[in-house]
Amino acid sequence: MAEHHSSYVPKTGFERWLDARLPIVRLMHDSAVSYPVPRNLNYFWTFGGILMFMLVSQIVTGIVLVMHYTPHVDHAFQSVEHIMRDVNYGWLMRYMHANGASMFFIAVYIHIFRGMYYGSYKAPREVLWILGVVIFLLMMATAFLGYVLPWGQMSFWGATVITNLFSAIPVVGETIVVWLWGGYSVDNPTLNRFFSLHYLLPFMIFGVVILHVWALHHVGQNNPSGVEVKNYKKDTVPFTPYATVKDLFAMVCFMIFFAWFVFYHPNFLGHADNYIPADPLKTPAHIVPEWYFLPFYGILRAIPDKLGGVVAMFASIAILAFLPWLDTSKVRSGKYRPWFKFAFWTFVVVSVLLGYTGSQPTDKVVLAIGGRTVMDMVGFAQILTAIYFAYFLVALPLLGLIEKPKALPASIADSVLGPAGSGHIAGAHAAPPKH
Amino acid sequence: MADQSMSEPNRRDFLFLATGAAGAVAVGGVAWPLISQMSPDASTIAAGAPVEVDLAPIAEGRAITLKWRGKPIFVRHRTAAEIEASKKDDASGLPDPQADAARVRAFEGKAQEQWVVVYGNCTHLGCVPIGFSGDFNGWYCPCHGSHYDNAGRIRKGPAPRNLDIPEFTFLSASKIRIG
Repeated sequence: MAEHHSSYVPKTGFERWLDARLPIVRLMHDSAVSYPVPRNLNYFWTFGGILMFMLVSQIVTGIVLVMHYTPHVDHAFQSVEHIMRDVNYGWLMRYMHANGASMFFIAVYIHIFRGMYYGSYKAPREVLWILGVVIFLLMMATAFLGYVLPWGQMSFWGATVITNLFSAIPVVGETIVVWLWGGYSVDNPTLNRFFSLHYLLPFMIFGVVILHVWALHHVGQNNPSGVEVKNYKKDTVPFTPYATVKDLFAMVCFMIFFAWFVFYHPNFLGHADNYIPADPLKTPAHIVPEWYFLPFYGILRAIPDKLGGVVAMFASIAILAFLPWLDTSKVRSGKYRPWFKFAFWTFVVVSVLLGYTGSQPTDKVVLAIGGRTVMDMVGFAQILTAIYFAYFLVALPLLGLIEKPKALPASIADSVLGPAGSGHIAGAHAAPPKH
Repeated sequence: MADQSMSEPNRRDFLFLATGAAGAVAVGGVAWPLISQMSPDASTIAAGAPVEVDLAPIAEGRAITLKWRGKPIFVRHRTAAEIEASKKDDASGLPDPQADAARVRAFEGKAQEQWVVVYGNCTHLGCVPIGFSGDFNGWYCPCHGSHYDNAGRIRKGPAPRNLDIPEFTFLSASKIRIG
């Protein structure tokens, strides 16, 4: 879309000189100023910008933290306390970084669910969607590696449990785990390599984000109606000022939410056990991952077989990549799909409940009749896991075939103003592409 | 000329293949050190040398935890009643069937049934189980709810195997060497 035309006109001699050699100002203009944005985008479309902000925030605070942190089993825990107590504004940098990870995941989950509701993964946006799944995986890896660095009890045992997932691989599992550890257990070599990779992955995320945005600007944004742009004059507005200002406003609201955690509840999303130095001889009584991993942890624990649990957990994430082909419906937006809406919200509730099961002890009783345990947390998680996978493997393929969608609007303009009003639209519009 | 080069492998084809093969070897030669550097290094391996453990201070019915190669090892001095209870369960449909006799080692041809020596990491995902607890008064793993009996055999829960037994030998009736 954006690369089909360019409305950039160099104004000064220097701009003309530069444009002939490196058209970078033209690129910025075409992708962030004149880029046509569907006029009906709602606030769920501001989370891409919020995520970009969070990535930069994490990289900046992370680089600062590295200036004071020591990646060694004897010093890591102390150096984090040193950051908290001695370093100027160290507490702020660390709380921003630790809570920033949670904010990053809140934003990404909203972003993913938005894509799922409005069918943003459907043709021609499959590659855009898959790149998003890749970013999500990289984010999970980065968050896990980072959580190990303070070398508290949860760091150590989280690292032990997650690396041991690989021991479920038949035949070569144990060898792989020793290779990952660089020893016979999680120890100093493990901490060192986790630190190295935790520094690397955000830059890989940055690279994939560029591909993600490139793909987005090539196919154009989806929108709440799911109808493609037909008439640039009627259906779109230019990115600047419309999307720029709206994104900035949403970003500021999100920053207030972020700041509320950083300044008032900086440890609410963490675990008290991680303020105890790592002890390889003692596992905390109740180990749980950070909240953003809980649904997947719930699935892992739902399967009584070790290999089966690990496979189910990885499958629950990998299946997202196949979404464009599992959903058989031609209608993009969930707004016009009554049965899909029900399935979608069930899926959202099930995902949250899976997170709840992941946070609870496995033998906790969920349902008891007359003093007899009918269902414990594992049994409950098994039912939820079945529904989770049924959404992808049963509901989405079938609904497309049997569901009768509501009538779609003829155009984006129609969906906003109705067929009568879309004839005369006031205000600015994006430049139509010259093919 | 064109026909000839289509049918007969010529010098260019040979050079192409030979260069490709040499390139593949070179890539492998560079990749291997990059992969291998992550394996346990010489100092880690050296620090994992065998250790000797004096069993005399461990009273009957008690257990100790020692650290070897960064991992906990449980040494449990079982009572006669515990040994009997464990043996009775030999045929009770264990998830990872192993007789009690296979869980202990001998000294001078005599089975040292009272001594159970196991790695203190749950075979599920590596947490440290708690001693003298669980449904079988062996070990109970708080992470995901695996129950082990006093011989370290898995009885209930997600763990796939019995607790692993480290390589060890009796040097005397009251001394073992691990590793």
